[in-house]
Amino acid sequence: MQNALSIHKLKKTYGNGVEALKGVSLEVPEGDFFALLGPNGAGKTTIIGVVTGLVNKTEGTVSVFGHDIEKEPETARAQIGVVPQEINFNPFEKCIDVVVNQGGYYGIPRKTAIPYAEQLLKDLGIFDKRDMTGWTLSGGMKRRLLIARALIHQPRFLILDEPTAGVDVELRRGMWDYLKTLTEKGVTILLTTHYLEEAEQLCKHVAIINKGEIAASGTMEEVLALHDGATPKDGYRGGRLEEVFLKLTRE
Amino acid sequence: MNYYQMWVSFYTIVRKDIVRIFRIWPQTFLPSIITSILYFLVFGKVLGGRIGEIGGHPYITFVVPGLVMLAVVTNSFSNVATTFFQAKFFARNIDEILVSPTPAWVIIAGYVAGGMVRGITIGLLVIVVSAFFSPLPFTHPLIILLFLILSSLLFSLAGLVNGIYAKSFDGITIVPTFVLTPLVYLGGVFYSAQALPPLWQKLTFADPIFYLINGFRAGFMGFSDISLSLSIGVLAVLIAILVGINWYFIRTGLGLRQ
Repeated sequence: MQNALSIHKLKKTYGNGVEALKGVSLEVPEGDFFALLGPNGAGKTTIIGVVTGLVNKTEGTVSVFGHDIEKEPETARAQIGVVPQEINFNPFEKCIDVVVNQGGYYGIPRKTAIPYAEQLLKDLGIFDKRDMTGWTLSGGMKRRLLIARALIHQPRFLILDEPTAGVDVELRRGMWDYLKTLTEKGVTILLTTHYLEEAEQLCKHVAIINKGEIAASGTMEEVLALHDGATPKDGYRGGRLEEVFLKLTRE
Repeated sequence: MNYYQMWVSFYTIVRKDIVRIFRIWPQTFLPSIITSILYFLVFGKVLGGRIGEIGGHPYITFVVPGLVMLAVVTNSFSNVATTFFQAKFFARNIDEILVSPTPAWVIIAGYVAGGMVRGITIGLLVIVVSAFFSPLPFTHPLIILLFLILSSLLFSLAGLVNGIYAKSFDGITIVPTFVLTPLVYLGGVFYSAQALPPLWQKLTFADPIFYLINGFRAGFMGFSDISLSLSIGVLAVLIAILVGINWYFIRTGLGLRQ
């Protein structure tokens, strides 16, 4: 089985001299639900930016389903749907137009895009908001609109950068369930999140990044095996992944 | 992307902009029409009678092509500069297109076409309004159309360069105020270059708007300070340069990607 994403020795130094990525190598198998975890500023969003073409890499190679993002940028991008961390749709556009126009940028004509966009809005529970402008939506609805927009071209590879940030528990569970149905249909998902217990339950593979370097990666079991079994005597105790995460990112 | 998909993407960018332009018509169309009416009143009716004729035509007839150009140039420029900059800077919804497989040249064509639609529509509206103040001799209608297209194309491309490269809101207001407006006023909207001293004539020849206005004026009145082929040649070179700059910016992500 080919990899949905292959990253090899990826480096990124921003114009201000910040070295965000220091030679990251990563592989996301096709059909996987992959968690990319790390503290704030670790380099997760930079990786996503490079993969989706919003950040220019300094060194290294990145390919999506075997298509190099530099040599075949358009083919690589056509495979990807991205849900960004920040809300980035035009707030004065109707919800349905946000989704349908995104389909247009992938070459899907309106008459084809509209029924599928409506279906996506129904699936994500915001169909009744279809003719409302984006700025009138609540935070959770905006997040779901971003997911609908990312799915309009039926991507094989969906990247979600903290999709549940600021979303309440019930809604979050609904979103996870929906994303699970996508992986069952063969969509590969790369997820960044700070909800580590949820990542532990949902994802098959995980990579933990810290200060621009991969601190650990492998199957969820392999990474959880890094847990030393010790439990803190007092204070809050998180799940096993949380403990591994803290151990790796504190060192 | 195949050609049909590129067409769909282009159509999406243009449609979105046209819907916006017509939805907010009091902001997009009305100001230029009111400004033009004021120009026609002041320069045509109040001052025009004292100035007399230029090239055998009343002064107001001489001024109309320049005022149409003024509206086309400023609206084409500001439409693209503002739309692109807002998408890049405020909502950051330009990422919707940048993450898609839409090629750089389709993005350029889409945004520029939106600016051209606005510029040409306003140009036509100003021509209609001018008919109430002065009978216009449509000597060469095809030349009028050609220069309407060339002017809106050139300044939509210039607006896109500005929109891509601007790093703050000031960046898109400085250029129209301190570059575009002087170029328009010194490009021969209100006078013939032949009436200028030799040094000022040479400086006027360095102004791209001079070539636009003269070509456009030739379409209406049948005479021009310079040859039509020179006007078209200069504009074609400038358009080619701006297409290249825009393509380079979007392809490399300069001003767009981190």
